[in-house]
Amino acid sequence: MAREGGLRLLGLTVSPFVVRVRMALQLKGIGYEYIEQDLFTKGELLLVSNRVHKKVPVLIHDGKPVCESLAIVHYVDEVWAATGPSILPADPYERADARFWAAYADSKLLPAWVGIMWAATEEEKAEKVGDTLTAIGHLEEAFGKCSKGKPFFAGDSVGYLDLVLGSQLLWFEALRKMFGVVVIEEGKAPLLSAWVKRFGQTDTAKEVVPDVDIAVQYLKKLQSHRPGSTVAQLLS
Amino acid sequence: MAGGDELKLLGSWLSPFATRVKLALALKGLSYAEVEEDLCNKSELLLRSNPVHKKVPVLIHNGVPVCESVIIMQYIDEAFAGAGPSLLPLDPHERAVARFWASYIDEKLVIPWVRSFRGTTEEEKSEGLKQAFAAVENLEGALRECSKGKGGFFGGDGIGLVDITLGSLLTWAHAAEVMSGTRIFDPARTPLLAAWMVRFDELDVAKAVLPDVGRMVEFKTKQARALAAARASDSK
Repeated sequence: MAREGGLRLLGLTVSPFVVRVRMALQLKGIGYEYIEQDLFTKGELLLVSNRVHKKVPVLIHDGKPVCESLAIVHYVDEVWAATGPSILPADPYERADARFWAAYADSKLLPAWVGIMWAATEEEKAEKVGDTLTAIGHLEEAFGKCSKGKPFFAGDSVGYLDLVLGSQLLWFEALRKMFGVVVIEEGKAPLLSAWVKRFGQTDTAKEVVPDVDIAVQYLKKLQSHRPGSTVAQLLS
Repeated sequence: MAGGDELKLLGSWLSPFATRVKLALALKGLSYAEVEEDLCNKSELLLRSNPVHKKVPVLIHNGVPVCESVIIMQYIDEAFAGAGPSLLPLDPHERAVARFWASYIDEKLVIPWVRSFRGTTEEEKSEGLKQAFAAVENLEGALRECSKGKGGFFGGDGIGLVDITLGSLLTWAHAAEVMSGTRIFDPARTPLLAAWMVRFDELDVAKAVLPDVGRMVEFKTKQARALAAARASDSK
């Protein structure tokens, strides 16, 4: 793997926002120094590199920080355009479509399943489960349209939307283990269900995604330290 | 514009998100058909074109819809790359910074600012305004960095994605000053942004596109009264 001088990634192993950046770097075959952050006691480098949000991931390239996971993935795709596969599609409409669904996955799906973990009552939990399944329903339809019969959202191999949704999958596993909630059920979302299996088999997933037990342990730690935390505190 | 390109914008004069798209199209010198949506009675075309969110703006290019204002602006920049100035800079790091701030404006400025008009309690409204001012302070720092030595816009000598994203909110800013005396871009607190606002207002595209302040004041005043009346009757 080409070792890029001066490339550091500040992250949290189990954060979907970090996982997708690591997947992007893996796809491009770029080496970097990974620095795990303690989000309970944030270090100087993180605070200085992301003054505005103080969140992970932050990619520091030749001393210049890049923040916000989706902006970072675009950045990686653009800087290393000549290396490895393209992460975003070439066609402007397909790019807009991939961005739309990525934004949807982050703004509608992610807060819903995070809400399941923090629900104070059974009623609230049921509501969040409902929201999660609604979002999955839309993404199932999107998969049909985007993939056009091919194995991934991006076609023959993984791309932007595969990474954005794929980075959330380890938490779906954690939800199943800890709460008995099945987010992507074969009967209700057959296309996504098959995609999950295929995605799990890719080098990108195998090399980057941590074991589900690490996510479970982290959630237990969060629950004991900060009951009622927000999405931000949980994963960035 | 190339022959055979048909552009239709589903929008509303009330929506700053739609205003962004109009500014981008005007900057690029692209002609389009404008459909004014009644947000209380959305058209079949809108519901069909944006089934997921059912919101404006939607840009329909040769019959194909693109949704979400910041995504639409990037689409216009990419699909019509040869037309007019670029909305995003060429340098990948500068592009990442622009994407960061565009996303910041929507998440940290727009949301609390809307809460400051529409909040249910005085406390909620004043908290919203406080958060909006905090966001504006960060944007002052961003403007200082982005416009270093150049023409005083986030985009440098000319306006770009971030200028348009923020500039679309200027009618609200002027209306708020008329209605409550609040100056969101207060020269005493954020002098660079106050000067930027004057500069932006002077642009031909702004004069052509930004909705009339008087009309906005009239609408917002009626809306505030209707909201107050509805809440008063709810609590009886």
